Amino acid sequence: MSIRNIQRPAAALCALVLVAAACGGDDDDGAAEGEPATCEVGETDGDLALYNWAEYIDEEELAAFGEEYGVQVTMDTYDSNEAMQPIISAGNSGYDLIVPSDYMVTILKSAGSVQPLNQDAIPNLANLLDEFTDLDYDPGNTVSVPYQWGTTGMAVNAAAIGPDFEPSWGLIFDPEQASQFSGQISLLNDPRETMGAALKYLGYSVNTTSEDELNEAKDLVATAREHLAAFDTDQADELLVNGETVIAHGYSGDMFVQFLEAESPDDYQYFVPKEGGVRWVDTIAIPFDAPHPCSAHTFINWLLTAEHGAALTNWNYYSTPNEAALDLLDEELVTFLTDPSLVVGGTESLEQLVDTGDFETNYSDAFIEAKG
Amino acid sequence: MTVLEDANDGAALRADAEALVATPEFERAAARAESRRGFLLALPAYAYLVLFFALPLVIVFVYSFATRNQFGGTDLSGWNVDAYRTLGDPIVRNILLRSLWLATLTTVICLVLGYPFAYYLATRTPTVRNLMLVFVMIPFWANFLVRNYAWRVLLGRDGLVSDATELVGLGPREFLFTNTAVMIGLVYGFLPFMILPLYASIERIDGALLEASRDLYASGWQTFLKVLLPLSRPGVVAGSILVFVPSLGAYVTPEILGGAKTTLLGSYIVTQFLTARNWPVGAALSFVLMAIMGAAMIVYFRNEGRNL
Amino acid sequence: MIGSMRLPRRTRAGLSINALLVYVFLYAPIVLLVVFSFSDNRNVGQWGGFTLDWYQEFGDNESLQRALWVSVRVALWSTVISVVLGTLAALALERFSFRGKKVFDGLLYLPIIIPDVTMAVMMLLFFSQALDVADNLFGVGWTKGIETITISHIAFNISFVSVVVRARLAGMDDTLEEAALDLYATRWRTFRYVTLPQIAPGVAGGALLAVTLSLDDVVVTQFSSGPGATTLPVYVFGLIRRGVTPLINATSVIMLTASIVLVLLSLLAQRSSGTAFAGRGHTEPDRHDPLPISQKETS
Repeated sequence: MSIRNIQRPAAALCALVLVAAACGGDDDDGAAEGEPATCEVGETDGDLALYNWAEYIDEEELAAFGEEYGVQVTMDTYDSNEAMQPIISAGNSGYDLIVPSDYMVTILKSAGSVQPLNQDAIPNLANLLDEFTDLDYDPGNTVSVPYQWGTTGMAVNAAAIGPDFEPSWGLIFDPEQASQFSGQISLLNDPRETMGAALKYLGYSVNTTSEDELNEAKDLVATAREHLAAFDTDQADELLVNGETVIAHGYSGDMFVQFLEAESPDDYQYFVPKEGGVRWVDTIAIPFDAPHPCSAHTFINWLLTAEHGAALTNWNYYSTPNEAALDLLDEELVTFLTDPSLVVGGTESLEQLVDTGDFETNYSDAFIEAKG
Repeated sequence: MTVLEDANDGAALRADAEALVATPEFERAAARAESRRGFLLALPAYAYLVLFFALPLVIVFVYSFATRNQFGGTDLSGWNVDAYRTLGDPIVRNILLRSLWLATLTTVICLVLGYPFAYYLATRTPTVRNLMLVFVMIPFWANFLVRNYAWRVLLGRDGLVSDATELVGLGPREFLFTNTAVMIGLVYGFLPFMILPLYASIERIDGALLEASRDLYASGWQTFLKVLLPLSRPGVVAGSILVFVPSLGAYVTPEILGGAKTTLLGSYIVTQFLTARNWPVGAALSFVLMAIMGAAMIVYFRNEGRNL
Repeated sequence: MIGSMRLPRRTRAGLSINALLVYVFLYAPIVLLVVFSFSDNRNVGQWGGFTLDWYQEFGDNESLQRALWVSVRVALWSTVISVVLGTLAALALERFSFRGKKVFDGLLYLPIIIPDVTMAVMMLLFFSQALDVADNLFGVGWTKGIETITISHIAFNISFVSVVVRARLAGMDDTLEEAALDLYATRWRTFRYVTLPQIAPGVAGGALLAVTLSLDDVVVTQFSSGPGATTLPVYVFGLIRRGVTPLINATSVIMLTASIVLVLLSLLAQRSSGTAFAGRGHTEPDRHDPLPISQKETS
């Protein structure tokens, strides 16, 4: 048939074109290239499209920004860094702002998927706490600005396990202790976080690239699996408060939200065990092909004001990197968030997760092996 | 003209027509016309799938021969089959076998539950039938995730299932985070995919054949095995494919109801693409999986004498 | 048309009980869903007294409503188009033979066997590149959005629809169609008045399946989506990260009710217009007519 005879080579041609284009795309590897967008403070160049985690910012705040600057702000949501990254890196996503976690910033930066920030257009950077101005994943905040931060630790139902427990990862990884709560423990379903917890218990770094250390951690998780109810990231907090688990590996903000809404909040405690844990920082950044970079810069600057930085934390219960905002936080939150006993081993015991390059696949493989 | 002359002319005309139609050229032309018609019918779907499916698939196929660069991007320079070599990994083999087993079990259970149901459905009056069918589909218009989480509540520590087993005297049994829970979740998720094609196929069967079988003194069981079942084969095959295949790739249910304690193929492939950011391996595994399933289907259909 | 045969009592009872149990099984989570959408407790699973607050919250949550609306539009469009294309494909495969048929047949099965995430990734790559090319060639600044989601949904729905319709066609006797053609009906009329009513259950089943698949899809949708085009399941996926609350239940109940109303309405419309859902099955020429003579003699 004549139609089909054209179709085949035409399809092949299209395939070649697209594949060639795909190949071409990858040649733009390397650090975020190009000059920062030339934007004035408070300048806008059109409506804003924000790509964020669900329930991470109050929609009314977005409306407020929209009113103040005369732009429409739309927000779409994603549920993981790993789902967001390919969408942004592939290009033509249409988004002006994204909220990647610390380790993901490194990845986006190296893939050229985020653009360098014009720091002159973001004078409120000065509001950041000192410790957030020069972090490993993005020294000098060249492509990202800290958004919210928190820790990953352990939450327990103190009413159920008794007040005399040792604030250690051993509750999960020491078979003697874990067997007392068999079937009522949960770990995060995240290779880096969970292997990281095991590594911390063993006294190693969460960013180790040593095969031996990783294998030790793997064996530890494999043994712990016996007493686990589940590996769960999204519902760890709810399982705890529902009574399905009494010990849960989880994120600070998630836990606080659940505790505050629970019937008897004092039953529960969250802490970073004495061996240490992970401090994570979520950031806000601008994709390399953002259609409205100036509006994006203005938004970031606006978010860094004391008023709106505080609004963020008061709404989502995570910690703020904004020094100026600290004074405007809700009181009960302040107690929760700034209590030093939360980090049993002191802030030195906290580590940031750093992308380990080629070794990443080792982490995910080890985790899968440990899970069985 | 007289009637007789009319009839004679008619006969002559008919003879001429027959002579025309009986020629091999005419037959060939007719066959070609049929073939063209068939092609044109298929064309819209064919063209659509070539552009919006086959083409993207080729892109990913190319990726399966690439390598993962340091930060999880894909390096398309230099082709290799390293990604395919991961199949030799014992972890991957384990995962594959486990997933095959689970998918088979799910399909069988769906068949056992779904067939009698589809038969019952097909033998109701049209009004009742339609209503029942709609009521089968309605649960599936509730969000998939929400349904899974509802099962979590049902199977949990204080859930209804636990209360039910207590009532029956088995004591409070919590099924959550066990393999049974995963099974329940998978069967729940795929049952209508089995019921629909089965129903469509059974409904079409000529009831007289079944009655004839009974008239000829076959037992109910024999009628089922030797008449009904073979006649409903297309539905059984379609339903089995629609259940087996997605079960093989399922990962949400095993995570939510199984506590992510065992890794299945679906999760593994997702992990490769998203968490490990190893697209070449993710792509390679997907193609291997598809090849296996494709081969199995070809073998199955050939045995059936169908046209694949 | 299978009709209803007189089965032994036990079998009939067994079948009825099986059907009942299946419905109980299917609806248990749904009942839970509905019940807890009225629970005054953030935790689904712990009853907290009756309240309509969650429905109120749905009314106040614009993102949720937007997402719902996007989902409905995508589902509608993708179902209509994929049902048409899928039915045509099924007819072509079951009734005709043509060059390239085997390739087409195989191609049609691929969307069913491909893992979700693989399809998501390939559509992402395809759309990004295609939009780039379109931009370079025609200068149109298109982005991904509802249109690309719909395109992806149609891509997999065609196959599912065709599988269901083919299962229906495969068992079908084509003598009626031949008879119609012999009686000088055009192909179109044959299709419209003979074939279509007979395959109607298959087509309807395929359509139901397509709507369901479209409304539930997450991964492929996520990766084919763009600004302003978040669908409900994608939104819910993200919400779950922050906690499953009865708000999600309330949303699902609303969607469910809307779907039920829609379908029941269309059923009613068909009944009143005289064409029963199952086609003209019950007005077919009585196939029991040419019975073996012995039957007639004994009566």
